[in-house]
Amino acid sequence: MRNFFLIFLKEFRTYFNSSIAFVVITIFLVLSGYFFYNIFATFSTLSFQAMTNPLVAQQFKELSITEMVVRPFFGNLSVFMLIMLPMLTMRIFSEEKKSGTIELLLTYPVRDSEVILGKFAGCLGIFTVMLILTLPCFALVLVFGEPEMGVIVSGYFGLFLMGTAFISLGVFASSLTENQIVAAVVSFGFLLIFFMMGFSAGFASERIGNILKHLSFMPHLSNFAKGVIDTEDVVYYLLFIFFCIFLNMRSLESKRWRG
Amino acid sequence: MIEVENLTKKYGSARGIDDVTFTVEKGEVLGFLGPNGAGKTTTMRILTCFIPATSGKARVAGYDVFEDALDVRKRIGYLPESVPLYTDMLVPVYLEFVAGLKGVDRRDIKNRVAKIMDDCGLNAVSKKYIGELSKGYRQRTGLAQALINDPEVLILDEPTIGLDPKQIIDIRGLIKNLGGRRTVILSTHILPEVSMTCQRVIIINEGRLVAVDTPQNLTYQLQRSQQILIRVKGPEKEIISELSKINGVSRITAKENGVNGINAYLVELKKDMDVGNDIPPVIVRKNWSLYEMRPVGMSLEDIFIKLVTEERIH
Ligand SMILES: Nc1ncnc2c1ncn2[C@@H]1O[C@H](COP(=O)(O)OP(=O)(O)OP(=O)(O)O)[C@@H](O)[C@H]1O
Ligand SMILES: [Mg+2]
Repeated sequence: MRNFFLIFLKEFRTYFNSSIAFVVITIFLVLSGYFFYNIFATFSTLSFQAMTNPLVAQQFKELSITEMVVRPFFGNLSVFMLIMLPMLTMRIFSEEKKSGTIELLLTYPVRDSEVILGKFAGCLGIFTVMLILTLPCFALVLVFGEPEMGVIVSGYFGLFLMGTAFISLGVFASSLTENQIVAAVVSFGFLLIFFMMGFSAGFASERIGNILKHLSFMPHLSNFAKGVIDTEDVVYYLLFIFFCIFLNMRSLESKRWRG
Repeated sequence: MIEVENLTKKYGSARGIDDVTFTVEKGEVLGFLGPNGAGKTTTMRILTCFIPATSGKARVAGYDVFEDALDVRKRIGYLPESVPLYTDMLVPVYLEFVAGLKGVDRRDIKNRVAKIMDDCGLNAVSKKYIGELSKGYRQRTGLAQALINDPEVLILDEPTIGLDPKQIIDIRGLIKNLGGRRTVILSTHILPEVSMTCQRVIIINEGRLVAVDTPQNLTYQLQRSQQILIRVKGPEKEIISELSKINGVSRITAKENGVNGINAYLVELKKDMDVGNDIPPVIVRKNWSLYEMRPVGMSLEDIFIKLVTEERIH
């Protein structure tokens, strides 16, 4: 437990010392702020028009802030996470393999699981900071409207689970190679495939389409964004995370078997 | 303390080490000698549980390196060849991190780090990031992290590389002092270092053990005949022919021409013959002048070259 905590703290600090954290968090916030502004501005323009012009009001029967601001914003955030999190995780093992520091780390009296979980938690820490810093956007929504609190809470919970899944895959990809670019490309590629898998469900046979939908990230997130916390979705993400960590354990072991 | 039995490591089909067997007693300082690619680093990586062997057994402090890796790793301090350190950490912060991972008691960490920084001469860089350090200071930091938990066994892969002469002496002193209380294995290319710091030497070549012995014994065993170097002023041809007549001299060769006609000659003696008393009278009788006369021992360099080229002890 102590080792886990030490490694977590070291990784968390390293992200700030090497300014990766600042860059990744800043760009993430700029992107989300910009998209939030667009969504929010569109919504307020529409509301204003609806107030003055009954025709517009008819067109949009329900001008709900939850429907038109909160939910699309969660969708946007998930896309930015897809882009930014591989940048965060790519160095976590690759850098140590390249510089050779892994030789010392793995000859200290620490378990593989402590190393993996500590590093994983370090990334998760940065990601949590990222998510927390998007909260002001929702504060704005709260000031100007009355969104459903349940949707915001469950949406964040869903985003957090999804980000954790992204990180677990990214950390695993990083443990496979000493090249950070390769790690980033591999994790981004696989995440994208999992992200979009659901889209092709329409072209596949019903059974395969169903499987694709269940494997894909997107459908699971949309439930959360609707304010529904379904055990199936939670289990999906947890399984994904456990599977990646399991593979990570294997890859760390096999590294030693090959020498 | 360390027992290695028939240890073999193959990298794919390439040779790493082949059937290596040796033991190291508690408190001993063992030198690991061998040319580039001999398998020194490979052996050390197996002993530190970083890579597994293909076959064979290795035990450190009574624990098997494959089965009880965690117990072994608690008891060793390791300095890898390339001294890999986290460049973006401050020196003391890094040492505190390592101390924590190595299980130093939380309340002792600050004291341990302060003491080890003192021992390794790191106080001058206590406010620097490791990435900013010079090679020598990196080396010292590497040594400090190996020593931080006061381990029973120290495994040092070329510990004095890149240090200045004064620091080399300090570090050798440190290592020598560690012996007795701790078991040390160190690899090096610098041969005098071995005779200075180590009680025993292992010479390894192309993955195989070539010799295991004390530096003195190795020197003794390998001397098939004794040699004497003399410097004499006089006619070269005559000197050689006259001295060859002495009973017990097997061969004499001119070594180098010095200034003022003082030339050096190497006199090789037959086994167990002492001719020290017979050479000067001849020279005096002939009215030549004797400037120097001394026995030539075989240096560890000679032995090393001999062993790795011949691969057997005579
Ligand atoms: N990761 C690896 N993959 C393949 N072969 C390797 C690997 N590491 C070492 N070898 C090979 O194993 C042999 C022994 O290498 P090792 O690094 O143990 O030598 P060394 O005695 O430490 O040499 P040096 O004095 O140059 O440090 C060499 O032939 C080397 O090419
Ligand atoms: Mg080496």
